[in-house]
Amino acid sequence: MEIKVVKNILEANEVIASQNRTLFAEKGIYVLNLMGSPGAGKTTLLEKTIEHLKDRNRIAVIEGDIASSRDAERIADHAIPAVQINTGGACHLDGNMVRGGLKELNLDQIDLLIVENVGNLVCPAEFKIGENDKVMIISVTEGDDKPEKYPLMFQVSTVLLLNKIDLLPYLDFDMEKFQGDALKVNPKLEIMTLSCKTGEGLDSWLSWIKEKAGTKGS
Amino acid sequence: MHEFGIAQSLLEIVEQEALPYRGARVTRIKLLIGKLSGVMPDALRFAFDALSTGGITKEAFLEIEEVPLRIKCSQCGKICILDDPFLICPLCKGTDVEMIAGRELEIREMVIEDGNQGSQEHP
Repeated sequence: MEIKVVKNILEANEVIASQNRTLFAEKGIYVLNLMGSPGAGKTTLLEKTIEHLKDRNRIAVIEGDIASSRDAERIADHAIPAVQINTGGACHLDGNMVRGGLKELNLDQIDLLIVENVGNLVCPAEFKIGENDKVMIISVTEGDDKPEKYPLMFQVSTVLLLNKIDLLPYLDFDMEKFQGDALKVNPKLEIMTLSCKTGEGLDSWLSWIKEKAGTKGS
Repeated sequence: MHEFGIAQSLLEIVEQEALPYRGARVTRIKLLIGKLSGVMPDALRFAFDALSTGGITKEAFLEIEEVPLRIKCSQCGKICILDDPFLICPLCKGTDVEMIAGRELEIREMVIEDGNQGSQEHP
């Protein structure tokens, strides 16, 4: 007997992600899903962002890693709530893991939640967590061929941050090719180049996030 | 990379769908996997076989149809299949295109056989 079943295999996750999304909307929290390879600069970007926004926004961070609480400790040093989720091997965060992490946070005291996903250029792109926007960070040392090799993450992201541009003089990184390919994969992608180390280009990113997230107490 | 997690979700859906058919065995499951879904069919098959060593899916065969990346161009109106992930119309070079297929990760159909054939025990 043949049974017709038309179901998205990831449906269970999408249901939970949409519940998270409803909860965030009720609480007035803007949620970012920050994705990128290990070493792209996700945590450093977060630290810089927190430094600039913490007097303006009530920020909290969920850190996803396979193991260790190093990143959450780095964020907690900035005196904002940080929750570490250890996936124990899973290559991405999903809606359910984030929902678990939310229990550790007082959602009434937050207006900007940044979720740092597990360092990986593939899997996090596939799993919604209830975010408003996906932001991808990649560093120039990863090479200019990544949009073609890992198209999905470029396709699902709203913003692409190209980090470590202070290293460009030492690399054969073809900026025109990289940006052209990224836009071919996702014509709506907003691309910003920056260096979290020197601070160059950070302003555009901060303006973008300020526009998206409300202000403290609003 | 996360084919085991996907295989686990797939198993849960199949078991849920087969629930009304008591004693049945699932013999075939048809899936659509888009080229841009990030899932490798071989890895998914491996994971599924490894996870379904018992229960109703023990003998199930995964029939995987790979779905190419298909776009509709709003400039020339044509539908094309793309070999690379660049969203550009190969006919008119337009970039205002809509992806209409290629991200699928879907179960479409399953075939079950009555496990109690010839038996009088269960209706």
